[in-house]
Amino acid sequence: MKSKKRSRLGETWHRLKKNKAAVIGLVVVIIVLLVAIFAPLLAPYPYDQQDLSNVYAKPSREHLLGTDKFGRDNLSRLIWGSRNSLIMGLGCVALGTLFGITVGSIAGYFGGRVDIVIMRIMDVFSCVPMLLMCVVIAAILGPSIQNAILAIAISTTPSCARLIRANILTVRDKEFVEAAKAIDAKSPHIILRHILPNAIAPTIVATTMNIGNSIISGATLSFIGLGAQPPLAEWGAMLSEGRNYMRQHMELVLYPGICIMITVLAFNLLGDGLRDALDPRLKN
Amino acid sequence: MGYERLTRYIIRRLLWMIPVVLGVTFIVMLLLELTPGDPARQLLGHFATEEQIEQAREEMGLNRPLITRYFDYLYGVTKGDLGVSYFTKGNVWDDIMVRFPYTLLIVTISMFIAICTGIPIGVYAATHQYTWKDNASIVASLFCVSMPNFWFALILVNIFAIKLGWVPSLGVETWKGWILPSVALSIGYSATLARQTRSSMLEQIRQDYVTTARAKGQTERVVIYKHALKNALIPIITIVGSVFGASLGGAVIAETIFAIPGLGSYTLSALTSRDYPVVQGSVLYFAVMYSVILLLVDIVYSMVDPRIRSQFVGTKKRSKKEKKQRSEVLSQ
Repeated sequence: MKSKKRSRLGETWHRLKKNKAAVIGLVVVIIVLLVAIFAPLLAPYPYDQQDLSNVYAKPSREHLLGTDKFGRDNLSRLIWGSRNSLIMGLGCVALGTLFGITVGSIAGYFGGRVDIVIMRIMDVFSCVPMLLMCVVIAAILGPSIQNAILAIAISTTPSCARLIRANILTVRDKEFVEAAKAIDAKSPHIILRHILPNAIAPTIVATTMNIGNSIISGATLSFIGLGAQPPLAEWGAMLSEGRNYMRQHMELVLYPGICIMITVLAFNLLGDGLRDALDPRLKN
Repeated sequence: MGYERLTRYIIRRLLWMIPVVLGVTFIVMLLLELTPGDPARQLLGHFATEEQIEQAREEMGLNRPLITRYFDYLYGVTKGDLGVSYFTKGNVWDDIMVRFPYTLLIVTISMFIAICTGIPIGVYAATHQYTWKDNASIVASLFCVSMPNFWFALILVNIFAIKLGWVPSLGVETWKGWILPSVALSIGYSATLARQTRSSMLEQIRQDYVTTARAKGQTERVVIYKHALKNALIPIITIVGSVFGASLGGAVIAETIFAIPGLGSYTLSALTSRDYPVVQGSVLYFAVMYSVILLLVDIVYSMVDPRIRSQFVGTKKRSKKEKKQRSEVLSQ
């Protein structure tokens, strides 16, 4: 069993390796992750260290990318920002997937009335445009990174739940599930040990493809003031701060935007590659 | 037999909006209820006495239990009354009617741009697979998908409004004001459509019927546009529907950046000032509009795909299994 699993993983990896774009994506993702993890070591200055005698400095040896309106080092803020932006992006995908899997597998496994009630509630949730839903929840909960993550996670739950439910429906009536029921296994055990492992692959792909979008959603919430709060460094929040001075200092808007774009692009390339590698039939 | 089944389906979908209204109203009300922050206190400011706040709460109806307020609100909704704003004392329904056209206009223009650019680019990429043209359009669309649209908006403002001075950077008093917001909003959707079009076109181009059409001596143009694209449209329409919904939400950002007095920015400012009736009314309105759009998409579906239409206009009674299959097709 174990060797078979490894060979499948190995095969996926082999196919992924052949896809140049996906490898580039993977490398960039790893670099960004490392930067985020080692931000305190890499950043030349703390993200909130002000130097009011040296505001809007041009790039120099001390400040490679210049400084902002409080004389804070732009490079350091970008490096620290990667941490908060990634926490937001990965956090809401993780949380949203967790919600989605829980709700979706309960609906799919039990079926009948439970299914109808749960899925109708999900339908109601998905009747509100996603970004608006995020904005409403985040604004009601109060502006902070944690609440923004929760808001995005809640609004991504319905689509994830629907996906996992559809996959569970295809597995639910297989013989091995029947066998598990026959030996009187408990429902949670059947779902977690027998059904989910066989139904989760499409969710993993969808999740990877979602990370990029979630980073953008997180940045958007911060941009309109509902995510990371000052003086925290987060790419979306930095954009929103730089926006007021963009007439004279375009770079304050340019840098964080480029960081978001490169990171999201890398996650999208990786997600596309992973999808093709896991399911070669979908590849065109 | 006419379109009876389709009509019945439409009626059923319209009826489904009742639980949507009930659900969305309840969820928003519950969320507002559960969170700290008293609108009465916010309205009167820090210097208000406890009696004044208590009186305001009484007037705003905040002292009544949640469930009473919920049913009161629903009763109002059935009469088209969404309440009165706490702050401006304006009628919420009237305010929405003034503001929604702005949102609808910007969303429609940007959808139009997205469809007019995205689908041709996707077709072009698919018909030039494995060439640099295909690669260039894939890379370009990936970049556009990965770009936050508010950032793109700011870049556009900087170049076209501040540096070149061709268009205003704020406001939509003239038609020029609409250009930047709609272009900024459309870029990501256009790229999404291009990607979807490309992949579903590639799937169709390899089908036998395309070979047959070519063998018949049809021109390449007819083969691609009349045969392949028509069949590739189904997944594209799904994306158009979801993108339309997304752009209703995305308009919030464009409206804030470009100071457009639309429904999104109205909702956002009501959220920050805890103007409950406004928040409730506009979220509800967005939800209903979104459902209407999804319904329209389904109807368009049945117009392009005779296979789906036949499920509605047939006279044969369907078995349970067929019904299940049909609902799966529709929910995809």
